[in-house]
Amino acid sequence: MNNLSTKVIAGDPRSIARLITLVENDAPDAVESMKQVHRYTGQAQIIGVTGVMGSGKSSLIFELALAYRAEGKKVGIIAIDPTSPFSGGALLGDRIRMTDLSTDSGVFIRSMGTRGMMGGLTSSLYDVVEILDAAGMNVILIETVGVGQDEVDIVKIADTTLVVLIPGLGDSVQTIKAGLMEIADIFVVNKADKPGVEQTVAELESMLDLVSYTKYRIPIIATSVKQKKGIQLLISKIAEHQEYLKKSKTFDTRRRQRYEAELIEIIRKRLMSFIFDEKKLKKTVDCCIDQISKKELDPYTAADEILGKILK
Amino acid sequence: MVKKIRVLIAKPGLDGHDRGAKIVARALRDAGMEVVYTGLHQTAEQIVNTAIQEDVDVVGLSLLSGAHMTLFIDVALLLKEKQMDDVLIVGGGIIPQEDVPGLKKAGIAEVFGPGTPVEDIVSYIKKNVKR
Repeated sequence: MNNLSTKVIAGDPRSIARLITLVENDAPDAVESMKQVHRYTGQAQIIGVTGVMGSGKSSLIFELALAYRAEGKKVGIIAIDPTSPFSGGALLGDRIRMTDLSTDSGVFIRSMGTRGMMGGLTSSLYDVVEILDAAGMNVILIETVGVGQDEVDIVKIADTTLVVLIPGLGDSVQTIKAGLMEIADIFVVNKADKPGVEQTVAELESMLDLVSYTKYRIPIIATSVKQKKGIQLLISKIAEHQEYLKKSKTFDTRRRQRYEAELIEIIRKRLMSFIFDEKKLKKTVDCCIDQISKKELDPYTAADEILGKILK
Repeated sequence: MVKKIRVLIAKPGLDGHDRGAKIVARALRDAGMEVVYTGLHQTAEQIVNTAIQEDVDVVGLSLLSGAHMTLFIDVALLLKEKQMDDVLIVGGGIIPQEDVPGLKKAGIAEVFGPGTPVEDIVSYIKKNVKR
C-alpha cells in the first residue's frame, strides 16, 4: 500500500485532506490510493441532506453532528456549494454554521464546489465518501447545494436522504410535484419557530396520504435549530430508517445502486477525458466557428464532422 | 486534471467587521479560486484546523481590531507547527506600516492595507502560491 492511503486509513487529517484534493483535481496520483482504500469502506452510515437554499441545511447538519458526537461517533461532513459557471470560482460558506466543530478531532469537514456537475453534487463526491468511510468516520453527512426542484442525485449516494423544507414555500400542489418531493426518506420542516409550520406539515401529511404505504411511511419532523427542537426526534427517525433499510434488504439495493452510479461516473470521466482533450477540441471547434457564423455550415453538421473525426 | 487555488479567508479574534473580507472573498471567487469563508470570531486553532481539512493553498487573515501582532502571528506559528509550511499566508485590514516587517518576519508573506485594488491581491496570490 502506498504511504498516502495508509495514512488515510489511519485517519490522519492532512492525508485525508490531501487525497480529497487529488480526487477533486482528477489527479492521476489519486487512482492508486483510491484503489487501495476501497476495501476499507462500507462501515459508514451515509446521510444526505438536501433542500432549497436558505432552508437551514448547514445549521441542521451542525446539530446532527453534535448529537452523533455525543454518541461517540466520528463524523465526516461534506458541504457542497455551487461553482460559478462563469469564473470557475466558488464561495464555500457552509462552515460558517459549523464553527464549533472545527476543533473537534472526531469531526472532519470538507467544503467542495460543484465544479460543473449538475444534480446538486460534485463529480468526485463518490470518491470523497469512500475516503471518509475508509478513514473511520461512522457517520457521513452530505450537504447538497441549495436545490431547486429536480436536483436529486443525492439519492444515488445516501442511505438516508433528508429533504429539508421551510414553512411558506407554496401551496399543497407543490408537495405533489415530481423531483425533490419524491426522494425523501424523511421530510424535515426546519425553522419551525416561524409561522406556518403546522400548515406545511399538514400539506405534507396529506400528500403522503395519497399513496398507501405498507412498509415504511416517510416521517415528517418539524425542527428548529434556534430553539433546539426536534433534533433528537430526527436522530431517532434516521435510526429507524436505517433499521427499516436493513430489515427490508433495501440497504443492499441502495449500496448496489451507489456502486453502479460510482462505476458509471468513473467510466464517464475517463471517456470524457479521452475524447475531450479540451485544448485539442477547442482548436478543432474553432475551425468551424467561422463557417457557422457565415452560414456556410450549421452546428449539427459541424458536430457530426468533429465527432466523426474523434471516434474514427 | 484541473488544479484550482483554494483559499481560506478567516477573521481571527474579536472583530465584527467582515465587509473587507467578503469583498476579497468575492474577488478571489471571480478570479476562479475556491474560497472557504468561515465567518467571524475564529481562534487560531480553528483557522489552522480548517486550513488542514480544506487543504488550502492560501490563508488570508483579515483584522481591523489592532490585535494582528498577536493573532496573525499565532496562526502563522500554529501552521508551521502543523507542518503546513507550504501554505501562503497573507493579511489585510488596519495594519500600521511599522508592524509590517514584524509580520513578514513571522511568516505573513504580504500585507494588504485599505485601498489595495483587489486585482493586486489576486495577482499576488496567483504569482506566489507555493504549490
